Amino acid sequence: MIFDKHQDTVNDILGRYPVKRSAMLPLLNLAQKEEGYVSQAAIREIAGILDLTPPQVFETATFYTMLNLKPIGKFHVQVCRSLMCALVGADPLIEWLRKHLGLGLGQTTGDKLFTLSTVECLGSCGTGPMMQINDDYYERLTEEKVGQILKDLRGTGDCSLKSGPFLVPERGEKVVSP
Amino acid sequence: MKTFVKILLSNMERPGYTGSLADYEGAGGYKALKTVLGKTPPNDLIEMVKKSGLRGRGGAGFPTGVKWGFIPKDHPGPRYLCCNADESEPGTFKDRQLMERDPHQVLEGIAISCYAIGAQTAYIYIRGEFRLAAKILEQAIADAYRAGHLGSDVYGSGITVNVSVHAGAGAYICGEETALLESLEGKRGKPRTKPPFPATHGLYQKPTVVNNVETLANVPHIVNRGAEWFASIGVPPKSTGTRVFCLSGHVKRPGNYELPVNATFRDLIFELGGGMRSDKPLKAFIPGGASAPFLTPDHVDVQMDFESVAMAGSMSGSGGITVMEEGTSMVWAALRLMEFFYHESCGKCTPCREGSSWIVQILQRIMNKQGRPEDLRTLTEICENIGGRTVCAFGDAEIAPVQSTLKYWRNEYEALIAEAEALKGSRKEIPVLSLA
Repeated sequence: MIFDKHQDTVNDILGRYPVKRSAMLPLLNLAQKEEGYVSQAAIREIAGILDLTPPQVFETATFYTMLNLKPIGKFHVQVCRSLMCALVGADPLIEWLRKHLGLGLGQTTGDKLFTLSTVECLGSCGTGPMMQINDDYYERLTEEKVGQILKDLRGTGDCSLKSGPFLVPERGEKVVSP
Repeated sequence: MKTFVKILLSNMERPGYTGSLADYEGAGGYKALKTVLGKTPPNDLIEMVKKSGLRGRGGAGFPTGVKWGFIPKDHPGPRYLCCNADESEPGTFKDRQLMERDPHQVLEGIAISCYAIGAQTAYIYIRGEFRLAAKILEQAIADAYRAGHLGSDVYGSGITVNVSVHAGAGAYICGEETALLESLEGKRGKPRTKPPFPATHGLYQKPTVVNNVETLANVPHIVNRGAEWFASIGVPPKSTGTRVFCLSGHVKRPGNYELPVNATFRDLIFELGGGMRSDKPLKAFIPGGASAPFLTPDHVDVQMDFESVAMAGSMSGSGGITVMEEGTSMVWAALRLMEFFYHESCGKCTPCREGSSWIVQILQRIMNKQGRPEDLRTLTEICENIGGRTVCAFGDAEIAPVQSTLKYWRNEYEALIAEAEALKGSRKEIPVLSLA
């Protein structure tokens, strides 16, 4: 069972809500974190925990674009294609990634390492073009930077170029407290 | 360089400020909560926020104190506060900065607001992609519990405030307040028909207030400095205070800038944003997130308060300003935004679900030089049949890019269609199945 070793987390999640069903998204997110996608087994298990039928859980899961209902690569490369990123060069970057990884959108590399997707706005419009890989944001991208990120992930599984807490850009304007 | 009043970003722009509990307390944090909790009658707080003129920073601009006032006073059961951290409007990234860089400012706002409306439980509904912000908030919540700013019997006042983070899983529509509640209840995030409004039938059908992150972050400052002070900033009495405006697109220095709402688009785009990134002149800008109609260079001296932007024919919305330089195809820009809306339509209402798909198809064929002369009339008609005919405001939002670009740059549509007409004879048409 997927949640067996997370029994404390599951109980903690259930304890936050007066109605069990509210734990739906937290449990789906947890299942995806554990297995990389939301499996049929996970859906059945969540249904059991929430006293719902598996179709009720499945129906809800299909609404949310972040939930992968099929297995994907170890690193899910999701590049923002919305207008704000497109204005500052997202399209050529997506093209570059397709060529570099040899993938069409939604496809996974043969070694099951990378899945390439485009996504809509991720709330990082001032620092585009940008992408999200698993939990991390990568911003102000260039081809060179993306190449380095893929290389690092392939090598060590981690990359220091990921974004930390939102940085206040250097501006030189005076802060006035009212 | 002009200087502007700052409220929300002033802590985090201090050198060395990390947003930790110690840093926040050191900057006078949680003073407001200590001052009011169990001492100021909740109703006085509601009146104070009403008097401050604070309006929702998520997009709709509804007066916050009035929203709080709708919570029935005599309701026996639990009430809820939901902090809307679903920030998904293209062009908007302010809440992310507020949560990542100064999470306790948001938490103090939440705690005071809970007390004002009589809620013991608050949920921060954060978009699933904001993993880092969620992690930072969870740490901040744990620290605040440990320090006694949250939990049961806060500061010995007998008041309970419980806060938890609830991550979404990718759905723009969950920023709409009733869709947010549905999602929080573990269902598909489809907006509810209103009335009844969340103030009486919200989360679990109990009285509920849904407020945006930035809105709530303002509350401690209003308590500390008074409603009159807040109301004196901006354009009193209707649009007061500052806003964190998000600048993106073809500018030299994109980013978040806090300005009083009476500042103009010129102040933001040229003074702070450094103007256009190339030598090309400004062609167009979106003044309030993807849902706001486009404006032109003629509008750069418009003030950024709710009323002035509305007078100019658009809306201040979520405060996301996206700038486009000369040479940007407006049909392409409208198509990009429309593809977003098509992707994000929840599918509940037919005009929005079907209409967004039709608009994308027509715009795609116009861009691909296969447009037809009648397409512009069809686009106009589809838009008119979506506006005002859907359960939530999404329908009105999705037609904004098309209607406004048709209004100001109709010639670009016409030129592409004329090109298509000229190409007509030379292109092999794909035979269409005829049912006649």
